[in-house]
Amino acid sequence: MNKHNLKEYWAINIRYVLILVSIWFLVSFGFGILGAPVLNEIQVGGFKLGFWFAQQGSIYVFVILIFVYVYLMNKLDIRFGVQEEEVE
Amino acid sequence: MSVQLWTYLFVGITFSLYIGIAIWSKASTTSEFYVAKGTVNPLTNGMATAADWMSAASFLSMAGLISFMGYDGAVYLMGWTGGYVLLALTLAPYLRKFGKFTVPDFIGDRYYSKTARTVAVICALIVSFTYVAGQMRGVGLVFSKFLEVDIFWGVIIGMAIVFMYAVLGGMKGITYTQVAQYCVLIFAFMVPAFFISAQLTGNPIPQIGFGSRLADGSGMFLLDKLDQLHTELGFSAYTSGTKSMQDVFFITVALMVGTAGLPHVIVRFFTVPKVKDARISVGYALIFIAILYTTAPAIAVFSRTNLITTVSEQPYENMPEWFNTWEETALLNWVDKNGDGKITYAPGAAIVGSPEIERVDGEITRGESGEVKILNPVTDTDNELYVDRDIMVLANPEIAGLPNWVAALVAAGGLAAALSTAAGLLLVISTSVSHDLIKKQINPDISDKKELLYARIAAGFAVIVAGYFGINPPGFVAEVVAIAFGLAAASFFPAIILGIFYKKMNREGAVAGMIVGLLFTLSYIAFFKLIFPEYNTPEYWWFGISPEGIGTLGMIVNLLVSLAVGMIFPDPPEEVQDMVESIRYPRA
Repeated sequence: MNKHNLKEYWAINIRYVLILVSIWFLVSFGFGILGAPVLNEIQVGGFKLGFWFAQQGSIYVFVILIFVYVYLMNKLDIRFGVQEEEVE
Repeated sequence: MSVQLWTYLFVGITFSLYIGIAIWSKASTTSEFYVAKGTVNPLTNGMATAADWMSAASFLSMAGLISFMGYDGAVYLMGWTGGYVLLALTLAPYLRKFGKFTVPDFIGDRYYSKTARTVAVICALIVSFTYVAGQMRGVGLVFSKFLEVDIFWGVIIGMAIVFMYAVLGGMKGITYTQVAQYCVLIFAFMVPAFFISAQLTGNPIPQIGFGSRLADGSGMFLLDKLDQLHTELGFSAYTSGTKSMQDVFFITVALMVGTAGLPHVIVRFFTVPKVKDARISVGYALIFIAILYTTAPAIAVFSRTNLITTVSEQPYENMPEWFNTWEETALLNWVDKNGDGKITYAPGAAIVGSPEIERVDGEITRGESGEVKILNPVTDTDNELYVDRDIMVLANPEIAGLPNWVAALVAAGGLAAALSTAAGLLLVISTSVSHDLIKKQINPDISDKKELLYARIAAGFAVIVAGYFGINPPGFVAEVVAIAFGLAAASFFPAIILGIFYKKMNREGAVAGMIVGLLFTLSYIAFFKLIFPEYNTPEYWWFGISPEGIGTLGMIVNLLVSLAVGMIFPDPPEEVQDMVESIRYPRA
């Protein structure tokens, strides 16, 4: 594995992290806190939307974000040949 | 069968299970003791992390707290789950690749400095001790409530159990007991939630139930009904809350970042075999945590609604049996201020302080309607009802009229939550002493066997200290939980993040940042919580940030100081930069 390729691997990783952290921020702090008063005007079922994001939705999104990252990184590891060998 | 008999049965079964696991999983090397040899399956580790993380507070207090905070409860819900995203994306995989035993290990090696390691050890010890005292208290509380055992003996029994599996089995024993404890606690949390959700809304899934219409035929949404009840009684609407937006924001950040920086959580990701496993393991952990954390706000709404509709403007003599039971434990009280014999529930405190029951010759004195009389002076608000937040989860099964075994299950679940977290923290304390202090600083030539012995002695000693604080809690225990998160956020988190993502970060910058961040946060909290509690109101806070949220500012201060001081001093040595390079790739 040459140095140039590793640099690219790291750059892509950083890009993934930045994109996913932005979504993390948007959903929790954006929808759940800063935008909650506006979103509360919209009602879905019995939930005001801002309240729902703050107490339910953001947590679901957190779980999804982690699994998306795992999926992306496992693919990236293989693409750049830095995946760990299967021991056992 | 009575609640007490059921409780003995459940607690007996679960405790035998924990002891059985302890005997089966005895650790024989330090690597087994510290990180279970790094061979834990990622799914197992995820479940153990969830139990490690969810403490007596999450299990017993959180839903109750939220039911009184309404929307503002979101700070805990998002704050204590959002940190896992940061863990998975920015910490866990790299620390796993680094492949040592503790957080101070990483800080010490990455910043090629004994000072840095020592600062990290001190932070780890303060954070863990603060936290563990609360857990032992939780154990004692459950014992005294459900088994009518003295708090003292409750704590002693809890200590003995933790001693068995933490001191014998180390990380290996803790991991497998935590898996068992997770199963117990989640079952105990969900069963009453299913029942109550079905009762109130006709839908047994609590996450959907609390957004559904009431089952009483009114066709009203549950949350609309609760908002209406709140407004009628003079509270602000349940779904909008009372804290200022910037305070909610800062507290949430502090809790999230603090979570990601807590040593007993981070160390769990040193126990899986591979980098790939560390990433997915955080995902599993968050799923297991989310099951409880998405149910808690639903329980909060159910119990709040049940409480208000049961008591508000009702005559005292119509109160169900549980009302009197909890009155006698001084966790619930009614003072008939207007003398109409009905319970008036309104905003504000009903009495000064927490209830002290009036007794004559050991007999409880009763008022005109038969209510338990207390010595406290009353306040001049209209509110006549004192409710301790902690009873919302404990009393929930009784309030909803569920069978006795459900209430007993809640007791076993509370114990599981407290014990699992206590064990994880005790391990961090013992590792800090035997590995980070003795092995790395005092006597590097120590044999593995000796080091293991010291680890066991340290764990044993830590159990005793924790037990002492459980029996004699310093008055400020509840107050200082904020310190644990604030400190983790303001000390570890920036140092680790910079250590991984900024190769040129040097020793001087990191140490200066940690110390300044730590002192800044500590002094702000100490000022408002311990020295001048009378000034602890929004008008005196900086930028409207409460002591709970100040860790966020401490973190920013840490980052700025680290970067500024780092610029003055030379870059870290070549081999450290190479190490940083190498932890970025799973294999290279």
